[in-house]
Amino acid sequence: MALHTLNIALADDDEDDRLLFKDAIEEIKIKTKLSLFTNGKELMDYLMLPNIILPEVIFLDLNMPVKNGMECLKEIRNNSKLRDLSVAIYSTSSSEKDIEETFISGANIYINKPNSFGDLKSAIEKVLQLNWQYQTSALNRDNFLLRI
Amino acid sequence: MIINVKFNFNALCKKILCQQLDAMGLAYTLRGIGEIELKTTPDKQQLLSIAENLSDFGIEIISDQQTALVQRIKDAITLLVNGDEDAQKYNVSTYLSEKLDYSYAYLSNLFSEVTHTSIENFVILKKIDVAKALIINKDLTLTEIAYKLNYSSVAHLSAQFKKTTGLTPSTFQKIIQKRKERILAQQ
Repeated sequence: MALHTLNIALADDDEDDRLLFKDAIEEIKIKTKLSLFTNGKELMDYLMLPNIILPEVIFLDLNMPVKNGMECLKEIRNNSKLRDLSVAIYSTSSSEKDIEETFISGANIYINKPNSFGDLKSAIEKVLQLNWQYQTSALNRDNFLLRI
Repeated sequence: MIINVKFNFNALCKKILCQQLDAMGLAYTLRGIGEIELKTTPDKQQLLSIAENLSDFGIEIISDQQTALVQRIKDAITLLVNGDEDAQKYNVSTYLSEKLDYSYAYLSNLFSEVTHTSIENFVILKKIDVAKALIINKDLTLTEIAYKLNYSSVAHLSAQFKKTTGLTPSTFQKIIQKRKERILAQQ
């Protein structure tokens, strides 16, 4: 429903990127509550806490210290509590090989970090809108792939 | 051996509903898409137990009228896209307003308010979802899939697929195939 607040998580070691993402998501129409993490380990520790509200979508940077995005993705897909979460890879890499590898490992969405604030806003909005349809309609989530 | 199956959701859901309602000893009529008329008004306790029995099958009782109508719009679109023979003759707006007995303008506004998308976009999403299943299945060529889903050409289907998913149909097929192989290899 339009009034429902979506829980979103972002793990990115770059402070500027985190702030930019936060500003962008606050400007879109869909209401969200954003949790920020500075590396993959922080994110995974949080997701494993008992009694938390799991995020509807997790945005993952690929290159992070301590635990990178790919390791997080694999842990999420191999954990029965987290398996069904939507994972969006959010990376500067535009190598076809990287992109294919993340999809094969279970990512739902791949976003090349956009160059402009406007593009970032519309990319996030597109992801949240589409993800919402997958959460609320009889669409096959196994086939949910999106590249922006 | 692996066999592939195709579901008729409408038949499936009706069957499950009838079995469950019969088992609970209720008198009812199924009134088209997503609506059940109960001959007697159940008390709170009974309603709870109906809800509980149905929830095992992923069937939910919708309490709020707007959400209920949006769900009926979605179900009607699913039928339309899955090839309800009569439906192919209509355009979406005529089909929905006849099937649900509301003006299309009303349905369209309500849908956009509640779902973060429009009916038109949802129809595209549904069609692409069916196309994905058919592409993975590999029984049909892309041209056959385009025809089956009422696209004017295979180019039109490919373009809409790319616009919706960011991937070409063949890249999509390759990724899903490799993903399956990897999951099998892990087991």
